[in-house]
Amino acid sequence: MSISVTERRAGSQTALWLGASAVGVAVWFAIYSQLDAFSGWATSLAPLTPGSHAAEAVRFFIYDAPKVLMLLTLVVFAMGVVRSFFSAQRTRALLAGRREGVGNVAAAAFGVFTPFCSCSAVSLFVGFVSAGVPLGVTFSFLIAAPMINEVALGLLFALVGWKIAATYLVFGLVVAIIAGWTIGRLRLEGWLEDWVRDLRAGAVDLPEERLMPADRIRAGLDSVREIVGRVWLWIIVGIAIGALIHGYAPNDLLASIMGKGAWWSVPAAVLVGVPIYSNAAGIIPVVEALLGKGAALGTVLAFMMSVTALSLPEMVILRKVLTLRLLAVFVAVVSIGIVVVGYLFNALLA
Amino acid sequence: MKKVQILGPGCKRCTATADMAQAAAHQLGMPITIEKVTDYAEIAKFGIAATPGVVVDGRVVHAGGLPKPEDMAKWLSA
Repeated sequence: MSISVTERRAGSQTALWLGASAVGVAVWFAIYSQLDAFSGWATSLAPLTPGSHAAEAVRFFIYDAPKVLMLLTLVVFAMGVVRSFFSAQRTRALLAGRREGVGNVAAAAFGVFTPFCSCSAVSLFVGFVSAGVPLGVTFSFLIAAPMINEVALGLLFALVGWKIAATYLVFGLVVAIIAGWTIGRLRLEGWLEDWVRDLRAGAVDLPEERLMPADRIRAGLDSVREIVGRVWLWIIVGIAIGALIHGYAPNDLLASIMGKGAWWSVPAAVLVGVPIYSNAAGIIPVVEALLGKGAALGTVLAFMMSVTALSLPEMVILRKVLTLRLLAVFVAVVSIGIVVVGYLFNALLA
Repeated sequence: MKKVQILGPGCKRCTATADMAQAAAHQLGMPITIEKVTDYAEIAKFGIAATPGVVVDGRVVHAGGLPKPEDMAKWLSA
């Protein structure tokens, strides 16, 4: 009898959470549909000459800031709920012993949904490899997980539309699959640090933690609190820089530096992207303004992939498990993949 | 006395998990020892793929993300 009471209580709690989320999403849409009107009204209050540089910059900022923050919140919430269905433990169990090829595709796809932060990259890497996930498959996961995350996708969706967000998703997966497969083919297991190679821990079996729908909604709210709380300031700064570019930068200058005509711009974008990491969230509004001023899409996407997939802090962490040689191969293979995607894009859209 | 090990390289969530274990033990009126395992090789030997991990008396009960407080109490009193 006590069981049925707990279950009934859990059931009514679920209904409450689901109802509250439905109301929350409805309120979100109501506010969002009025944003343009509000921004127009707020801009008209500013004492600026219409059409001037300053007015264009202020308009860009007032239209973009609330729009981006709201869309990001929604996307991060949805991804938080989706991610509660995945865990690194379960992903590993699904990937262990997978053949290369199929394994790489699965690993890259799981990388998108599995909760991941670069602070846990090493435990994850060691956990995967020691439980029998092939090295190349592990790399496919490790490349996809930070590159195709909800912040990047959410911001792209909010700023430049779903087509480019989808393109980024597809080509990001392609880079992760091919780069991981290549590393697997090279048979570099001997280039792991000794203690990783010798470790044969096997995977521990955990009792499943049963999640109710209410727990999943709570997971979505948690990720909103954590991720939006961490990146909102970067986004505001990024939008401000984007607004300045939008209002003041001359059109021809950017088109000549980052346009399709400049062949060196793709590798240069990858190089510049490596040291930039924590600012990833702030970079995307800048990217939007660059695109608006005639920068080529392939170059801009290469820049974004480099910022997210090749980060200096993550390399420092990975050095604990990879020898310098293997780390260099990893960076080289991923860089080449990104550069190829950049050129391909610029060529396709020519 | 129960021995609780928190597996993690020292990230924010690992500290939060350790605090949660301490709070849960306090609430249960149960003395425990907490050990933070931060060495990657040591963590790997427990066979987990995501941190923070929670080990109670040598048994892995959780891996990856912040645990729920009610689960923590359950693991400690089991």
